[in-house]
Amino acid sequence: MSTPAHDAEDAIAGSAIALATRGLSKSFGSLSVARNIEINLPAGARYALIGPNGAGKTTLINLMTGMLAPNAGQILLGGEDITALGPQERVRRGLARTFQINTLFAGLNALEAVTLAVAERRGVAGRFWRGVGSHSETIDEAYEILSKLRLGDSCYQITRELPYGRQRLLEIALALATRPKVLLLDEPAAGVPQEESGEVFEAVAGLSDNLTLLFIEHDMHVVFRFASHIIVLVSGAIFTEGPPAKIAADPGVREVYLGKRKHG
Amino acid sequence: MALATATMTPQGYLQAQSRWHPLEIVFWLATLLPFMLFPDYLSLASQIAITALFALSLDIILGYAGLVSLGHAAFFGIGAYTAGLISKFGWGEPLTGLVLAAAAAGLVGFAVSFIIARFRHFTLIMITLGLGLLAFEAANRAHWLTGGSDGLQGISMWPVFGLFKFDLYGYTAYTYSLIVLFIVFLGTRRLINSPFGLALRGIRENWVRMPAIGADSRAHIRKAFTIAAAIAGLAGAVLAQTTENVSLESISFQRSADVLVMLVLGGAGRLYGGLIGAVIFMVARDQFSGIAPQYWYFWIGVLLVTFVMILPNGILGG
Repeated sequence: MSTPAHDAEDAIAGSAIALATRGLSKSFGSLSVARNIEINLPAGARYALIGPNGAGKTTLINLMTGMLAPNAGQILLGGEDITALGPQERVRRGLARTFQINTLFAGLNALEAVTLAVAERRGVAGRFWRGVGSHSETIDEAYEILSKLRLGDSCYQITRELPYGRQRLLEIALALATRPKVLLLDEPAAGVPQEESGEVFEAVAGLSDNLTLLFIEHDMHVVFRFASHIIVLVSGAIFTEGPPAKIAADPGVREVYLGKRKHG
Repeated sequence: MALATATMTPQGYLQAQSRWHPLEIVFWLATLLPFMLFPDYLSLASQIAITALFALSLDIILGYAGLVSLGHAAFFGIGAYTAGLISKFGWGEPLTGLVLAAAAAGLVGFAVSFIIARFRHFTLIMITLGLGLLAFEAANRAHWLTGGSDGLQGISMWPVFGLFKFDLYGYTAYTYSLIVLFIVFLGTRRLINSPFGLALRGIRENWVRMPAIGADSRAHIRKAFTIAAAIAGLAGAVLAQTTENVSLESISFQRSADVLVMLVLGGAGRLYGGLIGAVIFMVARDQFSGIAPQYWYFWIGVLLVTFVMILPNGILGG
């Protein structure tokens, strides 16, 4: 096992590691989609995960969140080994995610959906003897999250009728309702017209500094603007990683990723 | 739907969701009409109330949690046989019978729910169908206990509260069925408007998202299925008690299919869908079997196809 160069930086910063993977590997038959992935996300960091289509970025998030089981390796959340835990246990320990393709409750409105997520976190979602309307703290918390993401005025609208950009924000709202320590954002502005994607990223930028973020994003302007550190994934393996300036100057990255983007 | 909500607080909005609508009050007042208008049909009215109760129980899992069951009659039958046997072996007090029947059906439902909660879609349809057939054959086979195809004979109920005897005209029967239906309805109404009801709708709307908000969907499903099974058992018990007879039909696939038809007809996931579906189905069955005793299912088929083509989401589906 080689020691990645950034370990030294992190040690100097003295920050605790919020999420780490150790030798994480996954293959579907002969197709290897994650090869010996070693990631260390320091607490409060904003990391971007980039790479060409099919590099295994979403797969990596699926592995971290327990939606896929790895063939080998470990996932550590705040030092605790969570590799054997199911997705909902990981969420309860503070690891949340959003989905690249909207994975929302189409028939619920935004208020109901976020209230449900808050109720789950508070452990009151199994209660059937009192109306939702009488759980005022749960509702207030849900509405606060919605307001923070500027969804307050459309929270009574049924999800499937919300404008697409608002649905993307609701993705984030649902994740925030779980009060995550680490949030994995899978292309938060995917499908949103470029002129509106800024709104989504402003919302991401406005998240608490205590929250550790890892986001997948294709728009390099956005990546360079919001990420403090970039991991480049190619064919299921970490190609390189480092601060934005280093990645931007890396000719290898230009070749495998930036160059390709112009054609694709 | 979201009109005039601008001035409403989020809590006020959610509270308003569970407020009684005037039409609901009209509906429940209308359930008293048979006493005045159709005193000769009180036995039928009682059967409708029982069937509505059964449909209500299926609505919790099918309409709200989105889980299709083709074997729900198993729990109806367990409740019916439990209530019948308790009476046959000498304890004819109706309310104890109801409680024990609901407990028996709920217990079996709880055990089965560990299987149910692991599967979805076609697999779940096959599993519930299989479990339903299993229950039917078990009841058929246990002739010594259930009377098999001859039905369970020798049930004799004591008067309700020691006062109201089950009469030939079905006066007590309908009153009894209606009260049980109404009380369970109140509980179910509360349940679907609770955080748990919201979680069930979450499971229906997006099964994949639930774990991502930290929800244990399987635990929710186990709970919902157990409650639904207990209510189905209650419905079966009321039928056994009011008719003083349990036939194999009460645990048959036909009953599972019928209740599904009623719920789809009335509108699943709307609380009143099963109730309205039960009224239409049972009245239609009564009328059609008067016209053509042998072929009345033909007309039920016509009714179903027509309704579903015109109103794909059921009568209350909008």
